Amino acid sequence: MTVSSTEPHLTKATRSPLLAVAGLAVSFEVDGETHQAVHDASFELHRGQVLALVGESGSGKSVTAMATLGLLPATARVSGSITLAGTELIGAEPRLLREVRGGRIGTIFQEPMTALNPVFTIGDQIAEAIRAHRPVRRAAAAAQVLELLGTVGLDDPSRVARSYPHELSGGQLQRAMISMAISCDPVLLIADEPTTALDVTVQAGILDLLRDLRKRLDMAVLLITHDMGVVADVADTVVVLRDGQIVEQATAAQLFSAPRHEYTRTLLHAVPRLPELRLAEPGTPQPPEPQPLDPTLPPPVVQLRNVVVEYPGRRRGHPVRAVDDVCLHIDQGEMVALVGESGSGKSTIGRALAGLLPTTSGTVTVAGVEVGRATRRELRNFRSQLGIVFQDPASSLNPRRTVGASIAEPLSLHTDLSPDAQRRRVDELLEAVELPSRLHDRHPHEMSGGQRQRVAIARAIALNPALLIADEPTSALDVSVQARILDLLLALQRQIGFSCLFISHDLAVVEQLADRVAVLHRGRVVEEGPVQTVLRAPRHPYTARLLAAAPVADPTRQALRREAWRQLTLASP
Amino acid sequence: MRLLRLISGRLLSMVGTLLVISLITYLVFVLLPGDPAQLSCGRPCTPQRLAEARAFMGYDQPWWQQYLAFLGGLFAGRTFGSGAAAVHCAAPCFGYSFQLNESVTQLIVNRIPVTFSIAIGAAVLWLILGVGAGVVSAVRRGSAMDRAAMTFSTVGVSAPSYLLGLLGILLFGFTLNMVPVNGYVALTEDPVGWLWHLVLPWCVLALIHAAIYARLTRGQMLEVLGEDYIRTARAKGLRERKVVGRHALRNVLIPVITVFGIDLGSLLGGAVITERVFSMPGLGALLLDAVGNVDLPLIVGVTLFSAFLIILANFLVDLIYNVVDPRVAR
Repeated sequence: MTVSSTEPHLTKATRSPLLAVAGLAVSFEVDGETHQAVHDASFELHRGQVLALVGESGSGKSVTAMATLGLLPATARVSGSITLAGTELIGAEPRLLREVRGGRIGTIFQEPMTALNPVFTIGDQIAEAIRAHRPVRRAAAAAQVLELLGTVGLDDPSRVARSYPHELSGGQLQRAMISMAISCDPVLLIADEPTTALDVTVQAGILDLLRDLRKRLDMAVLLITHDMGVVADVADTVVVLRDGQIVEQATAAQLFSAPRHEYTRTLLHAVPRLPELRLAEPGTPQPPEPQPLDPTLPPPVVQLRNVVVEYPGRRRGHPVRAVDDVCLHIDQGEMVALVGESGSGKSTIGRALAGLLPTTSGTVTVAGVEVGRATRRELRNFRSQLGIVFQDPASSLNPRRTVGASIAEPLSLHTDLSPDAQRRRVDELLEAVELPSRLHDRHPHEMSGGQRQRVAIARAIALNPALLIADEPTSALDVSVQARILDLLLALQRQIGFSCLFISHDLAVVEQLADRVAVLHRGRVVEEGPVQTVLRAPRHPYTARLLAAAPVADPTRQALRREAWRQLTLASP
Repeated sequence: MRLLRLISGRLLSMVGTLLVISLITYLVFVLLPGDPAQLSCGRPCTPQRLAEARAFMGYDQPWWQQYLAFLGGLFAGRTFGSGAAAVHCAAPCFGYSFQLNESVTQLIVNRIPVTFSIAIGAAVLWLILGVGAGVVSAVRRGSAMDRAAMTFSTVGVSAPSYLLGLLGILLFGFTLNMVPVNGYVALTEDPVGWLWHLVLPWCVLALIHAAIYARLTRGQMLEVLGEDYIRTARAKGLRERKVVGRHALRNVLIPVITVFGIDLGSLLGGAVITERVFSMPGLGALLLDAVGNVDLPLIVGVTLFSAFLIILANFLVDLIYNVVDPRVAR
């Protein structure tokens, strides 16, 4: 390891490392072809340290973690060495590996909703982890479960223990997962994208908990993530992986201030940046006022007036109000961002705009059509004015259709272009989204995530829509891909001039892209205004908390933001 | 409390479904050619005797009145004719077979032990065989064991039950002389004889069904083994036996239970072919005879009873679902 000796934890480096990975190579045999997932990876992790394995999808970071647990599929070939406190784990006896898993190494995964078994209670699953390693009776294990659930900051541990996974929120589940991972006092915690599936305010809490546990239990953390902000928030040392190869390893401070490798620089550069956080004096937040419309201007493309959307609740007579009295307008050629966490109603608004969902009250007008009152035919016409891009292109493109056919579908539905003209238009569109026209006859599964999203965009703009709804279009993509897709969206918007409703949970992306932003919280717009004003000097406490919770890729600035977040959370939890 | 509300709600919808089925069955019965009165009036059949027979059986009424009388009979019983010749059919009256001079209910009750013995024994056997083979195949995917089980199950799925039944009789009954080839002995009379007579039908039915269950279980298990919570279970250091037997199996069984409910329900209504092949006097054989003799009241009664069993099985599946899958519980 080449780490500068000015770092305080380096004094520990003289002791033998807790986890030492040396010359690790992992390959998979797929259909007779060998795919090298990890090449010659070496790094060391010391007690009490947090080491982040960073990389984009396919970089081999999760494979490295799974190799440590001996949980790679049978088709994997592993060579090299992984030692935990001197014990070799590669090729170890199943008995030893079982003792290590859950006993000496605790693990948490990305998606807490699927990482827990839906048919057993939380308490059962944690107790099982304890009893797999300790000879304790059922009752003693149950008591320990309650204690653990309290340790990870869950209120009402006994209720949580009795609950099934579907009855809890993502944040609660991830805390439960963490309590399971630390149930046998592990020396190492592997956290594989522990906060990727969570909202930022929840993520901040989980990261805080990880930092706190590391200190209290003196364990090491192997953090796997793609998010540079998360790295800046918790990591001591960073290992950057690309295509299975380590391109750089350094302390966090060094990596962010002076990245040595070209790839690290590109990666850091691709991370969207948030402006410096300036918190206004805690005063009374002013509710957004509906601005009077200037009659001389052209009418807005989108106009929402007092829109309410309710879903039938689980029990009769208790509907869930997903969107609550929302007023919003989008002018011609304007890009408006809807920002909020899961359950804030942002996607519901998008769907109501497209006429895919009935509104309970209020009016939605898009391109002069009142969506709620439109006839079937009017709605059909109106949809030709509308393009939608969804989050996951892998599931929003028909897997059995070629790219060309998918893009041509709106053309054949709404225009009477000849097949030849359609083909020419599709090629034009492919060029517009910077894809080679040879992809015309490919199927979605033959392309990368970024290419697929470009296809989805091409389909959405095929009819030169007046309005483009982009619902989290880059959330499923790697940062470097995300940056390019966002650039493309901006360029297309300038070129075609459509209005755009950009739905996102990522404030930094919004800052880069949108003219105006509306912040949604529990179905209500709590703050609305030009992006520069709202994101730099938020007036509403929720916006401030949301901003402070979003980690930035800079350890020094992140430390300040973390402090600000703590203050805000204390003020209004 | 929640379960109670659920049960009462489901029971109500069950009654509704049964009413619809009974109406359809009855309509088919009315539309079918063949007149029970004609059949029972004997020869020579004078118009007067025919009219008498009609009136006796209640066929002189319009069809909807007949249907209402049938429904009434289900709940309160009914009496055909009057005076000394009157025949009473006690509730629940599924009709009266004038050919056999017996109430359909009694005929069904006589046959139930046979059919239930066949169906339940076979079901237990095929569940163990099918789910077991499916689990082993999935866990040892691609092994010789997996390939053997899947080849075998292809044979099982495609083999007709009469062929397997006859082959079984030929081999184990005649050539090896191990088991009796036909007939039924009541459990209460001779438990060993009961078992010996049933072994072959059980095996035939179980093999056919086990083939389907093995495929279903294998596919489901392979899918579940790829789930995130299986990785979690392994990452916490559980033995593979527990990962598969506890974490995976419980999730695999959820869809298996659905299919099982329907299969068992329909089999309880009569294993028509198997009963015929092994000359067992079960519900299936009863129905087959009724069709042969154009004994319409009997056909309607047995059909309705079978439908009732299937619906009952589905109801039980729903209840089990609530226990096995907490996400269904509301």
